Amino acid sequence: MTSLKLWLTADAPDSLWQAQAGQAYAISRNFARNPLAMLGAVIVGVLVLVAIFAPWLAPYSPTGQNLSMRLMPPSAENWLGTDELGRDILSRIIHGSRITLLIVVMVAVISAPLGLIIGAVAGYFGGWTDRILMAVTDVFLSLPKLIMALAFVAALGAGLQNAIIAIAVTAWPAYARIARAETLTFRNSEFIAAVQLQGASHMRVIGLHVLPLCISSTIIRVTLDMAGIILTAAGLGFLGLGAQPPLPEWGAMISRGRSFILDQWWVATMPGLAIIIISLGFCFLGDGLRDVLDPRQRDGR
Amino acid sequence: MIAPTLDSILRRGSLLVAGSRTALRFGFVTAMTFLGLLAITFFIGRVVPIDPVVAVVGDRASQAVYDATFIEMGLDRPLVEQFALYVRDVVTGDFGISLSTGRPVMDDLIRFFPATFEMATFGILIGVLLGVPMGVVAAANAGSWLDQMIRVLGLLGYAVPAFWMGLVALAVFYAGLGWTAGPGRIDIFYDGLVPTITGLLTVDAIIAGDWVVLKSALSHLVLPSAILGFFSLAYIARMTRSFMLDQLQQEFVTTARVKGASEWAVIWKHAFYPIRVHLITVIGLSYAVLLEGSVMVEIVFSWPGIGNYLTTALLSADMNAVLGATILIGTVFIVINRTSDVLYHIFDPRSR
Repeated sequence: MTSLKLWLTADAPDSLWQAQAGQAYAISRNFARNPLAMLGAVIVGVLVLVAIFAPWLAPYSPTGQNLSMRLMPPSAENWLGTDELGRDILSRIIHGSRITLLIVVMVAVISAPLGLIIGAVAGYFGGWTDRILMAVTDVFLSLPKLIMALAFVAALGAGLQNAIIAIAVTAWPAYARIARAETLTFRNSEFIAAVQLQGASHMRVIGLHVLPLCISSTIIRVTLDMAGIILTAAGLGFLGLGAQPPLPEWGAMISRGRSFILDQWWVATMPGLAIIIISLGFCFLGDGLRDVLDPRQRDGR
Repeated sequence: MIAPTLDSILRRGSLLVAGSRTALRFGFVTAMTFLGLLAITFFIGRVVPIDPVVAVVGDRASQAVYDATFIEMGLDRPLVEQFALYVRDVVTGDFGISLSTGRPVMDDLIRFFPATFEMATFGILIGVLLGVPMGVVAAANAGSWLDQMIRVLGLLGYAVPAFWMGLVALAVFYAGLGWTAGPGRIDIFYDGLVPTITGLLTVDAIIAGDWVVLKSALSHLVLPSAILGFFSLAYIARMTRSFMLDQLQQEFVTTARVKGASEWAVIWKHAFYPIRVHLITVIGLSYAVLLEGSVMVEIVFSWPGIGNYLTTALLSADMNAVLGATILIGTVFIVINRTSDVLYHIFDPRSR
């Protein structure tokens, strides 16, 4: 164990692989020292596990109606109570975690690479390419995100898939800005020139040498944006524009519980608490990642 | 004797030129952003829907109406020409007819906007009046439990859905404790008692001198504004704290301390003074974001503003109204952001 630690913390690593392992070790050590970041990692980890094992974890079916059990307060049988159709709210929240995770992952998978590529291309080529791409980016950045997402859903039609597309369309500009800024810092450095002299094509330089260096700051930003994405998705669900019934989407569940908020408070309150916990988890995790991976950005949100 | 005067005149002249050049650049960027907004709404309205005419007139319109709208929207012309016509219409305030209200969208927007403006403005007032002192206090006591509490409060601003908070607040403060009035802008029996002059109910009530109406309006306003204020407070407090932390480490602050200034004077006179400029941008941005957030809050509080208008239009597939409201909110958003940029530019000589 001590020899492994010595190997990881060596001042002069013998190989690239040892240096990378050592860096990963140092980063995870720093990360583990930040209690809030660890809490965030645990919350996000639990979300992933719950989403994967939802059918085994949920005590009841998320869509199984039981009208004799409608609007029951939280009890030993139904920990979080039941809704207006007698469905177990805990089971619905557990299954709803799949939808939340799906939205978050899909938005990240669509918008992060899109933003990365646009930003890296703009920064790498410079000149008119840069000017035009960044003008488009700035237009998107200077518009209200939620309203644009609403307008896109209005044109595309309500539904989970369209909600994901609408959110992704409004999320990418921030990543393009970051990728461009990162690219500019090493655009003229010698290793890029070296690769170019070896005859690498522009595609190859951007794909293999520019993009990988932009990834860590993008990951931080994506994680920090997750809370906002979850809130926007829940907002679309609340308006009836996201996932459609009987899907147990958390925002839609709050919307249905709205009519009972005064007497059966748990119907709307419980999914809201789930949203808050998961969003806070992503905030903590993002803050922690930023402190560890990119100390320059601290407090700059 | 003449030389320095001439020199100073020349310098003033070049400053003027630089100033007008900046103004030109700001104007150009603003115009381009606005054009971008129109391009996006044009794209959403004309290119994304399978049949843009149906998106405007609905699927139960007769063939004659359909054909007339087809020509009116210029769909028989090339896309570029369509866009030029679209820009002309929007700039002259013609957003078409709303499918659900049957009135021009522009008239609807003018009718509904004051309610949103009133709520958002009270919200930003709450956010600034509480958020700035909280950020300063947090920075002055960095690391203390007070700082931690303010930090957690700030993070909650990123994690709590506004509509959920509105529901819970209604359940607690209206239904439970009875401290505030419920949804809507005013109690139903006071509705229409004061003449509409500005459209801002509180201002109209003051003009009419009707204190009962004012009280009712305020009691309806306080809850949604406080919720909006909470979300801007979270951001404002966080940013104020980080600006203040920077300033408190500066040498002039130490100098002030050494010269025996009281802690209060050090913090509020010396350290706070330079960050006012940064705060302009922060407050401008939060105000813009808050206008956007008001959409969700308006729905929960049945507030008759743009947000409610927009969502009603969304659910009835009333495309002209949706895009009209989007353009209005987008334009206000751009204007606020640009104004805070310009103010920053004016107040901070270093950025020139």
